[in-house]
Amino acid sequence: MAPAEGQRHPLAIYFWIWGLLFVLSTFSYMVDYIGFEGYLRWGLILTFMFLKAGFIIAVFMHMMWERMALMCAILGPPTVLLVLIGLMAVEGDYTFLTRLNFFGADTTEFAEHH
Amino acid sequence: MAHDATALGAGLTPGLRGIGSDWAGDKQTFHVPWGKAMMWIFLLSDTFIFTCFLTGYMHVRASTRIPWPNPSEVFALSFGGEPIPLILIAIMTFILITSSGTMAMAVNMGYRGHRAKTASLMLMTAALGAMFVGMQAFEWTKLIIDEGVRPWSNPMGAPQFGAVFFMITGFHGLHVSIGVIYLTTVAMKVLRGDYKKRGYEIVEITGLYWHFVDLVWVFIFAFFYLW
Repeated sequence: MAPAEGQRHPLAIYFWIWGLLFVLSTFSYMVDYIGFEGYLRWGLILTFMFLKAGFIIAVFMHMMWERMALMCAILGPPTVLLVLIGLMAVEGDYTFLTRLNFFGADTTEFAEHH
Repeated sequence: MAHDATALGAGLTPGLRGIGSDWAGDKQTFHVPWGKAMMWIFLLSDTFIFTCFLTGYMHVRASTRIPWPNPSEVFALSFGGEPIPLILIAIMTFILITSSGTMAMAVNMGYRGHRAKTASLMLMTAALGAMFVGMQAFEWTKLIIDEGVRPWSNPMGAPQFGAVFFMITGFHGLHVSIGVIYLTTVAMKVLRGDYKKRGYEIVEITGLYWHFVDLVWVFIFAFFYLW
């Protein structure tokens, strides 16, 4: 391909996204600093994480300007990972309950082992 | 077998070379330079590796009976006064984001044909990356020497914390280190004028790798440090 056909975009959009990433990172940090707990905490962490990831992929990695064929080939396959994550979440929960059943909730023993 | 090959048609390439020509079909699927398509496919495979690590981490953290150490306190740092929670990790995050910005600028300057600007922005990106790795080395030292965290044990709680921490941040740090070398190499070649005729896609391809390293950090920051 000729050099001129590469990804050429106005500088302004990069500066905007750059700034946004700073703001979003500050927000994520504030979640910990303020000390939100429970679903509010996890929800905010995930929201800021997905926004940041989306901006990096779409603009910095130029995915929004690529052809649909490339977009699907790269962004499609990772969706199967959701199955793995789902299975492991269920499995982790099961292992935890099994351990509680057999070893009880005693959490002091780890100090003796090390 | 020679008989069968002729029966299939004279136009087909036999043997190992045939595999290549059959799959290629003389047709280009992705209308980008091949190096860029290959980088994307490599990053796709890397996505699977990092997701496996993070999923493994999720599993051990969900299944342990022993309390997980609070990262907010573990990674707090005191500058003379009260310890500030997670401050080192926050600074590392901002450094990596800054480096992503300078990288994006480098790609843009490359396509505009500004050789010196492209190379210096890439070197700036590499320097920020090196700074990140340096802070990570500091963080590791603090955890190993002061806190006594090991890959198999951890005096602050669940022993899996050590295993997960060293593996995930270690693998990411390795990516950053390789990226620093990669960026420096390409920057030098840009400066030397190697791409004057061939064009500056190489800068964009290097940039893809670097942005991916930042992308992985976004997930590590959220799941390991903030969760």
